[in-house]
Parts: sequence; structure tokens; C-alpha cells
Amino acid sequence: MSHNKNAAAVEEVLRSSGVDVRKCMRCGKCTATCPAFDEMEYHPHQFVYMVEKGQIDKLAASDSIYRCLSCFACMERCPRQVEPAKLIEAVRLHVIRAKGANHLKPEQIPAMLDEDLPQQAIASAFRKYSK
Amino acid sequence: MQRIGVFVCHCGTNIAATVDVKAVVEALSHEPGVVFATDYQYMCSESGQTLMREAIREHKLGGVVVCSCSPRMHEATFRKAAAKEGLNPYMVEIANIREQVSWIHKDIKEGTEKAIILGRAAIAKVHLNQPLQAGESPVTKRALVIGGGIAGIQTALDIAEAGFEVDIVEKEPTIGGKMAQIDKTFPTLDCAACILTPKMVDVAQHEKIKIFSYSEIESVKGFVGNFRVAIRRKARYVDEDKCTGCGICTEKCPQKKVPNEFNMGFDTRRAVYIPFAQAVPKVATIDANYCTMLKTGKCGVCAKFCGVGAIDYKQQDQIVEREYGAIVAATGFNPLKPTQYDELGYATCADVVTSLELERLMNAAGPTAGTLLRPSDKKHPHTIVFVQCVGSRCDAENEKGKPYCSKICCMYTAKHAMLIRDKYPDTEVYVFYIDVRTPGKNFDEFYRRAVEQYGVHYIKGQVGKVVEENGTLKVQASDLLSGEQLHIDADLVVLATAVEPDKSARGIATMLTASMDTNDFFTEAHAKLRPVESPTAGIFLSGVCQGPKDIPETVSQASAAAAKVIGLLAKDKLTCNPCVAQSDELLCNGCSSCERVCPYGAITYSDKEFRGPNRTTLIRRVASVNPAVCQGCGACTVACPSGAMDLKGFSNRQIMAEVDAICKM
Repeated sequence: MSHNKNAAAVEEVLRSSGVDVRKCMRCGKCTATCPAFDEMEYHPHQFVYMVEKGQIDKLAASDSIYRCLSCFACMERCPRQVEPAKLIEAVRLHVIRAKGANHLKPEQIPAMLDEDLPQQAIASAFRKYSK
Repeated sequence: MQRIGVFVCHCGTNIAATVDVKAVVEALSHEPGVVFATDYQYMCSESGQTLMREAIREHKLGGVVVCSCSPRMHEATFRKAAAKEGLNPYMVEIANIREQVSWIHKDIKEGTEKAIILGRAAIAKVHLNQPLQAGESPVTKRALVIGGGIAGIQTALDIAEAGFEVDIVEKEPTIGGKMAQIDKTFPTLDCAACILTPKMVDVAQHEKIKIFSYSEIESVKGFVGNFRVAIRRKARYVDEDKCTGCGICTEKCPQKKVPNEFNMGFDTRRAVYIPFAQAVPKVATIDANYCTMLKTGKCGVCAKFCGVGAIDYKQQDQIVEREYGAIVAATGFNPLKPTQYDELGYATCADVVTSLELERLMNAAGPTAGTLLRPSDKKHPHTIVFVQCVGSRCDAENEKGKPYCSKICCMYTAKHAMLIRDKYPDTEVYVFYIDVRTPGKNFDEFYRRAVEQYGVHYIKGQVGKVVEENGTLKVQASDLLSGEQLHIDADLVVLATAVEPDKSARGIATMLTASMDTNDFFTEAHAKLRPVESPTAGIFLSGVCQGPKDIPETVSQASAAAAKVIGLLAKDKLTCNPCVAQSDELLCNGCSSCERVCPYGAITYSDKEFRGPNRTTLIRRVASVNPAVCQGCGACTVACPSGAMDLKGFSNRQIMAEVDAICKM
């Protein structure tokens, strides 16, 4: 177990997300409800368990943090109020802030837009992909 | 020929939806002897019973057939109703057309046909029914409780409080059982001794309770209401009446190297000892295996120091005979010794301990005075690994362990983990589990507290290997949720070992003719509806001897068993089941086949004088059945090669009449 590895990163993620990972009962409902399941390497329940085990670096290196739709279905349905989406967001912010680099630059965005994309998604993209 | 009435019940739609009840009435009304036949929506209802009673009166019925649900359900109801009209209750027969017909068939035509056949069989039997009279036997108003753990203590107290005498027979020198060894109790974490020892004192002081400590059951004879039990009072070489429990002998005894079983062998005691400070009775016992005086005849130190002259090296085992109306088995359990699991290193590593051993290592009265120190080097452990399900939930075939869940381990492991994290926050605690099973009031909340508040690491997976290397236990385990193999350097490994019935239970069950399952747990008379009674009349079950259970559940069951005993002892006479076996002495050939198969010990053989030809007499060995003990199982009637054994109410003739009626199409 790597409980003490990445202690600072774990602390930061837990503090910025406000999530208590110990409350998780490992029922898997978050992952069962996740619409982005097929896109993600690590799924919501794995985020919770891996943060508990201190494996922030694995999560940070995975594309999963950008594949999360931030739909918050996992938070809505969790029977223990663990709020995995907040945790995913916290890991993402941890990466973006640490790198000092954004995942997407604003000028890349117009080329990715299409008519069906909701306004909300465009607005949230700025929050999700840059600091 | 009997005048028979037939009553066909609809049971709402339970029967009527699959059986054409009118057709059944019509068909059965033509059977020989049937003078009245009708159907009704609910025969068991008040008005249904009135209908039956009126018919018995008006048509002068001598026999009744009710086509309805299983006799287990309402046979007693209909018998009672018939008896109110002066009809012998054993002249009522039930044809089960619900469980055996409507509930298992879909086709109305088939169902109706089968219902008619079953009705016909019942009618054929009623023709041969004889009025039976239930006998009576007296009740000895005293109960025996075998085992003085928390189960036996609670049962004894409850019976005694109701005003009946109770004897407790305990094989150890003190009552208290396993609970006395436990440190704290879940889910409230109160100290076990603090809640147990006042009860032990209550037992000792109760005028209705007599404790036979350091005693074992020698033999059991008799039957419900009238048991005769021989109790062996093992020689403890100390006069119980004289000993004041001052303990001077236990301080002066020069034999200091006896492993102390109360502390799971972690420290030593003297050859003369009192198991623990709050022992009841507080009387010393000399351990004959270690006492120098008893072994060599040279010593006598304890006798020299005893101020009241209680030491008696010449004491012998004594057999005491007592009579009882009811017997409660409360023989308890032992944790399995996990020596067969080499991979867990219990036999080879001093720092791999069982959960009960950990209780003593954490107890203020234990070998370390309550400071958690590991056995090998008496150092404080900083990383502790708990392994659950050791010896529980194993495949029964390959003898790797017990097939059942031991039920209490999840909770006591959570308790241990929580107490350790609370007292020593610098300790990392891991719990490896297959499932966490914590049903019970405030139980799951308790386990979640261990995880959420105390930060115990619960890992889904098992420990595969424990190896000692330079004082560290190298634990190799799996984390199934992340699909990783883990390697933990632990200072202490605690095995939550399976619960197994006490070894003495099997022998006691044989003496009581009480049945047991393949795991040596006592079997209850009905798993749901008679959970504290053995199938053998007058034998009751209390505590873990019936199956794994925790303290709250044990106490509930102990009180339930006491309630059943009180119900029995409150009666002056017992009504016996008249459907018992009966031997025809003229046919009996004295072969003992019936005696051997009788599970209740109801059959005895005796020599009897018979009149022979020409005014001679001859002595023959013949069987006789004690109707108070016989439970009417019928095993003897099958075993009897000469057809001498018959079951009243279920005679061979009656059964054959039923078979004939079914076959006659």
C-alpha cells in the first residue's frame, strides 16, 4: 500500500474537493450510472479508492480526468454522499495547476464546436480545461 | 361402518382456483360410510367450525374428513372443534388438498382428480381410526442447565426468577464461559467483565440456583418432565464448603509453570488456582496434572498455608443423581485452532495470534495488564493485519474448515481495529475481508465508524502468505478492488478464527438423544417456529451450541429457552401424544431391532412370563414402549421384522387402507 506516498497531493485533492473518501462503501453505483464509462480508463469508483490509497499520480497521468463530463450523476446517486465528480475535478485542477499549462487553449476551441453543442458545455469547458 | 362427514374447504381461491370443490364434494359423497358432504369457503373460520360441529350433532357423525390445508396448519383446530361435540379428536382426518394439490398443480381437471383421490384415502383411513386417549405424566419442577457461560447463566436466572429450581453444571472450575475472557463487547464497547460478573454473582446468590462447577454430565435417563441425571463432580482436592477463596494457596504453591488457559497460555499460573479474580464459585482448584503432591506425594505447601483446612488431597470424584423436568443445553463454543493453515504462520510465528488471544493481550487483567504488546519481543506493534474468515466459509468437502459463516468475527474484528486505533493512533490497521457482514442493531454503523472515523484500512481480499523475517511478519495479500497484490510489513497478525461447538457437545447430545447437524451444532425442532427447542421433548437449546451467535442474540435466545422451560415446569401434568408406538407382545421376537433404531430411547426390553401350552409358563424377552418418551416417529414399526410394532393412529392397516384407496381407480 502506498498510503504515505504523494501525501501532499492527496491532502490537496481531499481539501480542494471536500470529499471524505472513507465514506465510500464500494457499491459501484457511481460507475454504474456514469455516461462516460466507455471513454474512461479509471472510473468514478476507482477515483475514490485510488485517492484513498494515495495513487494520485496514476489518476493525474490518465486521460480520464478530461473524459469526465461533469454531469454529476455520480454525485446525485451516491448513497453515501461521497461525490466522486468533485474528486475527479479536484485531481484535474491539481494537474492543471501543477503543470502551469492548460489542457486546452481558448483559441483551439472554435474549431471543435458544432451546432448541437450546448452553450453550457462551452462555458464549462473554459472552467474544466484551463485554470 | 363409521358415519362419516366430509368437509371440503375453498381456502378462498387458494384451493378453489385449482380444484373444483363442488366436484370433490359430489364424488366423495358416494364413498362408503359418507352420510354428509359439503364445501365451505373457510373451514377454519369460526363459522366453518360451527358448520362442522352442527353436522357432527345432526348427522351423528363418528368420523370427520376435512379436505383443506396441511394438517400442520389446522389439524389441531378441527380436532378441538370435534372434541367440543364429544367426538374423539383422533377420529378427524385431514386430506391435504392445498399444499399437495392446488399449490403444486395448474390444471383444474388434474387437481380435482387428485383431491378426490386424497379425500378417498382419508375416508378409508377414518374407517379404521380408533378413539385414542392421551395419557398424562407428572413434571419434576426443576431444570438442569448444561454449561455456565452467558447463555446458561441467563437461562438459569430467568427460570429461577420464575420460581423454579435450577442446577447449572459447568465443566470448568468457574462459570462465566468465553464472555469472561473477552475484553470489550460490541457495539457499545462496554467491558465484558463489568456486565458479566454481576450476573455471575446473581447466580451464586440466587436461592433457587445450585452451581455444580468442575462437574460433568455422566448419564441421562428418563423423559420429558422426568429426567434422571447423574452428575460427576470432579475431584478439585479442595473442600468447596470450607474454601473462602482467600487465594493464599495460589500464592504459596511452588509449582509456578502451569500454562494459564484463561490467558490463552500467554502467562503461567500455579498448580492450585482460581481462574480469575471474579470467579464463581470463588474456590481454589488443584490441577492434578501439575500438582507435585498429587503426583509424587511430596509437597503439601497449600495444605500447610490454608487457614481453614480446605485442601483435601484424598478427594475423589463424586456422582450425584438429580431429577429434572427439563434440560437446557448451553454447551457453547471454542475458537478453531488455526494450526492447519501453514500459510498463515500461526504455528510458527509467535506474533500471529487468534482474536481470542488478542482479547487477553488487550485486557487489563491479561498478561500485559492491558498494554498491547506483541508476544515475541513485548514491543508495541505499529502495523497490525487482521485476517477474517479463517476456517469459516470453507468448502465442507475438503475439510479446509467449517462451511458456515461464524457470524461474530466481522463485528469483533471491527471492535479490535477500532480499539487499537483509538488507544494507539500511531498504529496502521489493515483488515482483509471476503465480505463484511454486519447486520444487527447499530452494527453496520459500528463497522462504518471503524472505517470512517478511525481510518481502519478495509481491503477486499485475503491474505495468502505470512512469513517471519527478522522479527517482521511479511504479509502477502490481494486487493481485489484494485487488482493488486499487496506486501505489508506487519508487527502483529490477528486471525479471526471460526467458531466451533465445544467438543463435549457431541457426547452430551448422545446422552440427551438430541439431534445434531454435521457441524455438531444442536438441531432445533423447527428452524423458524421452534428455534430454542430440540426435537426431543424436554430438551431446550441456549446459545452458540445451536449455531454461531453474538452476546445480544445469545442472551435473547437464552431467555427464550427459559420461557419454554418455565412453560413446561408450570404444568403439573403433561399430556402425551397418544399416537405412539405399541408392541404386540405376542408377536415380538425380542430381536432388539426397534430398540436400536429408536432415536428417543423409548423402547426397553424385559423378560415376561407367558402362558404356554399344558399349563406351562415360558419366559420371553419382549419390547415395551414408554408412551411418555415415544415421539411417534414410526422408525420402530419399519424396523420390526415380525410386525409386532405398530403406531397408534398410523397403524399398518390404516396406511395400507389409504394406499388401497389411492390405487383403486
